[in-house]
Amino acid sequence: MKYDAIIIGSGLSGLAAGIRLAMFEKKVLIVEKHVEVGGLNSFYSRKHRTFDVGLHAMTNYTPKGVRTSPLGKLLKQLRFKHDEFRLCPQEMSEIRFPDKVLRFTNDFEFLVQEIAEQFPSQIDGFQKLLTRIREFNELNLDDSQQISSRQVLESCLTDPVLIDMLYCPLKYYGNAAEGDMDFYQFVIMFKSIFMEGFAKPVGGMPYILKLLVDKYKSLGGELRMGAGVQSIVHKDGKLQSIQLENTETLVADKVISSAGIVETLRLCRPRIVGESDLKIGQMSFIESIFVLDRMPKEVGYDKSIVFYSTESRFKYRVPKGLTDVTSGVLCCPNNFHYPEAPSEGVIRLTNQANFKLWDALARSDYRAAKKEYRGRGVNALLTYFPDFSDHIIYIDSFTPKTIFKYTGHLNGAVYGSPTKIKSGRTPVKNLFICGTDQGFLGIIGATLSGISMANLHILQAEAKSEYGRI
Amino acid sequence: MTREQVRQAILNIISDIAPDEDLGAVKDEEKLRDQFDLDSMDFLDIVMELRKRFNLEVPEKDYQELVTVASSVEYLFPRLKDYELVS
Repeated sequence: MKYDAIIIGSGLSGLAAGIRLAMFEKKVLIVEKHVEVGGLNSFYSRKHRTFDVGLHAMTNYTPKGVRTSPLGKLLKQLRFKHDEFRLCPQEMSEIRFPDKVLRFTNDFEFLVQEIAEQFPSQIDGFQKLLTRIREFNELNLDDSQQISSRQVLESCLTDPVLIDMLYCPLKYYGNAAEGDMDFYQFVIMFKSIFMEGFAKPVGGMPYILKLLVDKYKSLGGELRMGAGVQSIVHKDGKLQSIQLENTETLVADKVISSAGIVETLRLCRPRIVGESDLKIGQMSFIESIFVLDRMPKEVGYDKSIVFYSTESRFKYRVPKGLTDVTSGVLCCPNNFHYPEAPSEGVIRLTNQANFKLWDALARSDYRAAKKEYRGRGVNALLTYFPDFSDHIIYIDSFTPKTIFKYTGHLNGAVYGSPTKIKSGRTPVKNLFICGTDQGFLGIIGATLSGISMANLHILQAEAKSEYGRI
Repeated sequence: MTREQVRQAILNIISDIAPDEDLGAVKDEEKLRDQFDLDSMDFLDIVMELRKRFNLEVPEKDYQELVTVASSVEYLFPRLKDYELVS
């Protein structure tokens, strides 16, 4: 049995690619090594509760009727109506640093006004930055250009605190690299968070994933769970077959992998020369989920999302210790415009974490370390927020090690490699990548990545007989 | 297929791709891109739908023929006239 395409990974990018191919009657199979779909944006259950993984909020929110935004395009390409996503916009978020607070909503002008008030000397520079952002084509799939975002920001703004405050949410929600960010990534994140906005779907990731899986299957797509890939076999630079961990061999004209660029190349047999030169993503996180006996607003947490730093210079790099609690992201899922309020109050806390150190812990120390660093994380929050410890009825934490264990993404690097392959091409003909390493980030971004790669390399490619020689 | 059937087939495809658009108001001589929010991804879908529904390949050099409803009908009619619609 030969497939037109096999997709490795049933996360958002893999499912989206699958839907596009099945929609145009390609014989497509998605293979997923885990028992659950979703990859880096999945979910899990404990007792009677279901928790999202990787989702604080969807970025790139635009309301119904906006068709040219990333979300609008995605809905058109996958043939969904806006209402089907059941998106509930945020109330208000903030960036909190020791001496300054910037609030923002899904109305971009609100942030512009905040900056004018909090940083009056910077507002002209900020408008200059906005012009640069608006003029830039961040969706260009040409791999060649690299512009440092820091250079652009420093050419427009002179206050390092404002620069760090703008970076804080953008890095936490999508920077694979330590320190600086490529300008095109900066533009993608800036638009998705500030110019567009946040929303959460009613029902969370389980709901969104079910929507995608149901559509995929109704179009004739095949999905195999617990079917990890052992190797991608190639010959003379061309894809031959896929071998699963259960030794089964599968054949397809093309393969799109969402496993990550390094992870994908490591599966290739014979081994790809220079594969070890590629940079593996380093940035990972620890996240704790606190279920409360009351609503977050009742304990003084009234924002949708808070990006904070307890120090005036914001650091974004692999921490020297297990976790860096001096900055983080605080999410209160309840503080979104839900039609019906969720029944329990939840607070989620995320900090930067060091995969190697977490992975090296002995089993017996691991649990104690989670508790220790969770406590430290909450303590750091008390710089700005009230203590909610007395109201916790359930806690869970997951670390970079958890992320690696369930997704296979090396180092639990949720934003993938700092080197993005915008074209999606690999050294092996007919083997492509999609997902975070192709470069579009976030839930909407990853979904668009799957759509774009399926369109470019499979659907469109068939119209061009010379494709592949580029 | 008659010219009218070809025209309707084109409008059916557009309505699947852009379900929120009001096709009743379409102007056949005006560029589709100007009347509806259609980008290059949407145009790809129009071509893909023609392939799927009518087994018709539109080569890239002919994409420009599809800019208006009128030009699309002119381009597709000779290629689809032997195709019988099974309703």
